[in-house]
Amino acid sequence: MNGYLERIYNGVVKENPTIVLMLGMCPTLAVTTSAINGVGMGLSTLAVLIFSNLIISIMRNIIPDEVRLPAYIVIVATLVTIVDLIMQAYTPGLYASLGIYIPLIVVNCIILGRAEAYANKHTPMLALFDGIGMGLGFTIALVVIGAVREIVGAGKFFGMTILPESVPPIAIIARAPGAFLVIGVLIAVLNALSIKTAANKKVNGGCDGACASCSSDCDSNGEEAAK
Amino acid sequence: METSLLMIFLTGALINNVVLIQFLGICSFLGVSKNIKNSASLGVAVIFVIGIASAVASLLNDYILVPFHLEYMNTIVFILVIAALVQVVEMFLKKTSPVIYKALGIYLPLITTNCAVLGVALTNVQEEYNFIQSVVSGLGTAVGYTIAIVLLAGLRERINENDLPKPFRGAPIVLLSAMLMSIAFSGFAGLSF
Repeated sequence: MNGYLERIYNGVVKENPTIVLMLGMCPTLAVTTSAINGVGMGLSTLAVLIFSNLIISIMRNIIPDEVRLPAYIVIVATLVTIVDLIMQAYTPGLYASLGIYIPLIVVNCIILGRAEAYANKHTPMLALFDGIGMGLGFTIALVVIGAVREIVGAGKFFGMTILPESVPPIAIIARAPGAFLVIGVLIAVLNALSIKTAANKKVNGGCDGACASCSSDCDSNGEEAAK
Repeated sequence: METSLLMIFLTGALINNVVLIQFLGICSFLGVSKNIKNSASLGVAVIFVIGIASAVASLLNDYILVPFHLEYMNTIVFILVIAALVQVVEMFLKKTSPVIYKALGIYLPLITTNCAVLGVALTNVQEEYNFIQSVVSGLGTAVGYTIAIVLLAGLRERINENDLPKPFRGAPIVLLSAMLMSIAFSGFAGLSF
């Protein structure tokens, strides 16, 4: 059991995908205008991540190594389409506010990154818990950022007004520039407290590394597909 | 949808800037913007790929997905087509023009995972753009991406020579610079013809 709990701790704290690895920045910046959007995005990604890790881990001995990346992309895209249709049917309000970022979960580096770095080397149960840990870490980061932006930008928390009228909300925090500001300051604060983040872990290693590994993956995938 | 082509282009490039307002392609925006030269090369490669990808995605959508009522498959189809397309473009350039290939080569594979490409294809479908409008919107978006990443690279080259407070070094100052650019680009919102 220890191994499973360790996976969850790893995903939420030690290798938090947003704060430590700086993966999946597009949805992080885009949908965190309110805490509830953060919950919606986080949980959809969590669902896709759990099932993609599980399926890829189960099929890791069946999928030939040469075509593994196209295969992963198809699995992930299928899961994302399922999530997309479910949300469209049952949570139309949330679906409308998340919009194009739901289908874009396909190109979220966290998912292909975990498939390649973890799921295809470990047993299904471990991969499943890795998915839960990473997904929870992502969700928590999104909810925290979303809550800060909602409270400062609109004076609300999960839609309830909590700041008195005399404290005017700073609207720009809830708009596009606020996303950069809140995440930038958050990482700076964590740096000042010298908590391990992407920034003080060798020059920006997380994002660069992630893109580089994703791209080299896609590179080899294409070449293999071309053969 | 009777929007003029110029307006579609400007919306993509400035008003609804893909990186600063819509937050697509953030990963390469933060990762590759260390110097102006590389950023400009990536920008050109993005213009190239998004131009072709939005044309192909638009044709696929109009002539295959819609007639067969497979619209719900568009995410899967587009991502596979984009991945394959990037590879084909790379091989084509390698054979036909080694000079361009040398300049763009290493950036092309990076673009598959750039969510701006898939984002544009999906937005075009949502907005019900026809073929010409899709291509123009794609090119506008890609030009907007190039403007943003080259500007940020310029800022970062300056910032590197400054003495920053320690906690702000690395990612935080880049995000804060992007914030100022984003505020500036919000000013385009009033633009209309």
